Amino acid sequence: MSRILQDRDERRPETHPLTFRLNDDGTPVMLDAYREQQGYASVERAFRDLTSKALIDELKTANLRGRGGGGFSAGLKWSLTMQGEGIPRGYIVCNADEMEPGTFKDRLLLEQQPHLLIEGMILAGFANNAYQGYIFMRGEYVDAARTVQRALEEARANGWLGRDVAGSGWDFDIVLHTGAGRYICGEETALINSLEGKRANPRAKPPFPGQSGAWGKPTVVNNVETLCNVPSVVLHGADWYQGLSQGKSGDGGTKLYGVSGKVKHPGLWELPMGTTGSELMERAGGMRDGHTLKTWLPGGGSTGFLLPEHLELALDFDTIGNAGSRLGTGLIAVVADDQSVVSLARNLEEFFSRESCGWCTPCRDGLPWSVKLLQALEAGEGERGDIDLLESLAVDLGPGRTFCAHAPGAAMPMASAIHYFRDEFERGVTRGQGKAHADPIPVGSV
Amino acid sequence: MTHASTTSTPIATDGFVLHDEDRAAIAHEREHYPQPQAASIEALKIVQKRHGWVPDAAIDAIARELGVAPASVEEVATFYSLIFRQPVGRHVILICDSSSCFLTDYEVLRDAFFAHLGIGFGQTTPDDRFTLLPVCCLGACDRGPALMIGDDTYGPVTPEEIPTLLEGYA
Repeated sequence: MSRILQDRDERRPETHPLTFRLNDDGTPVMLDAYREQQGYASVERAFRDLTSKALIDELKTANLRGRGGGGFSAGLKWSLTMQGEGIPRGYIVCNADEMEPGTFKDRLLLEQQPHLLIEGMILAGFANNAYQGYIFMRGEYVDAARTVQRALEEARANGWLGRDVAGSGWDFDIVLHTGAGRYICGEETALINSLEGKRANPRAKPPFPGQSGAWGKPTVVNNVETLCNVPSVVLHGADWYQGLSQGKSGDGGTKLYGVSGKVKHPGLWELPMGTTGSELMERAGGMRDGHTLKTWLPGGGSTGFLLPEHLELALDFDTIGNAGSRLGTGLIAVVADDQSVVSLARNLEEFFSRESCGWCTPCRDGLPWSVKLLQALEAGEGERGDIDLLESLAVDLGPGRTFCAHAPGAAMPMASAIHYFRDEFERGVTRGQGKAHADPIPVGSV
Repeated sequence: MTHASTTSTPIATDGFVLHDEDRAAIAHEREHYPQPQAASIEALKIVQKRHGWVPDAAIDAIARELGVAPASVEEVATFYSLIFRQPVGRHVILICDSSSCFLTDYEVLRDAFFAHLGIGFGQTTPDDRFTLLPVCCLGACDRGPALMIGDDTYGPVTPEEIPTLLEGYA
């Protein structure tokens, strides 16, 4: 189980909307305990006081940005579904396919507070005129699946799901769908294909899922943490939610931040959006004895490396974006001074190479090629020109050349690793240009 | 509503017969989606749970059960990493090989598993007890290096702990 490393005294309802209910021992908060602590109050408020348009406007003003890593305004995404046709007809899909390297936050919410997600999905269903929700959860989250299934049954038995939700006259239910592996399922259109029982290849956009998604119907795909933020926005209002970031960021709300790697206390914390990396490192107790920090990834394997000096930056979408990386999921992974950036880049590209769905040529062929080059550099068998070749590959894998963000996500850590640590890569170059690595290699050989 | 599981004729293909319970479970999953193909991944998982893996004949049986083309079941069966198209051991060990575990000495743990079991990734021990596979970030980065044995997640795991850890899996 994931751990929240803040005890209950620190996690208050007025400052920690995502985690204030969590038990210190990590046992799940089920319906009775959840109801006693404002659970489903936002649904009651929405049905009583809000139209779907008012709810979406509130969400836009709150500036809740997608917590799966994209940072897209949740309110704006919701306003793109075709509403107003009278009959509920679309889908709400929760992306619970958490596989971004270094990310373990959705596991916490799924395993320990499933009703918060259900509550958020009910609000999403109401706002987007949907009639069915799906939770797309990765197959490996076995405990989370059991807990969420139990919570769905509780919610159904108590009138929060099913026919006539909470006396509103609107029918809405949620199905738990578990996956069977493959990182690419986390890409929203690939996820929709997978939900439909197809290979998880991304789809061309437009049309966007809000217009034509699962089974051709308007579909909203939101990350677990994003949906878990919605109840507090609806219950307390956009201004309150904006205030949660305490002026540290233009983005609203709190963020589930985390630290992994060789730190003393790896874990998770709910903190104001815009908290700095330094504060996270302090909470994680700093590096383990005998290690100092060399570099870090701000929010997953598809984000760019940053230097220790960047720990002073606010961890929000715009600030980290302006520093040349991406906030991603906001869970940082630290690299110690005695760990090789070349080896880590090789590990990351092996991951992206294996997980490419194979649809687009730059991704399918370019990623195994980058692995081959990185393996040679790591082994001290690199040739003159290999680093330039990697840099040009990073450009060719970049935005705009493939249907989805998988290849650009793979290019970013590679390009930034070379940018900041070129000397480490150069140490792997021991040979003249024999063009041993100049040609792409057969698919599947890495 | 009628569906295939209400008929009494067993669906058999090439000697492979879907268990009645599995047919009922597949029919139940089928109800969750507007189109039958959506239940194909879950159907593969249901069959795999009983048989350990998914033989060719099971693909045909699932396709008939759902009323979809065998190719559409086959194409997903070969795409998803947790659907096994060849026999595996009684316990599948999934070792997380992604960046945070890599940074907490995954490669040392992986090599210790290779040495202890005498097999590499994609292989099964001669006694059919264990199959070793790498897996995408398990979302247990605060406990790296992490792994799963069957449905159980462990971490952090040290090489020294491997023999004791495996004792629970006969």
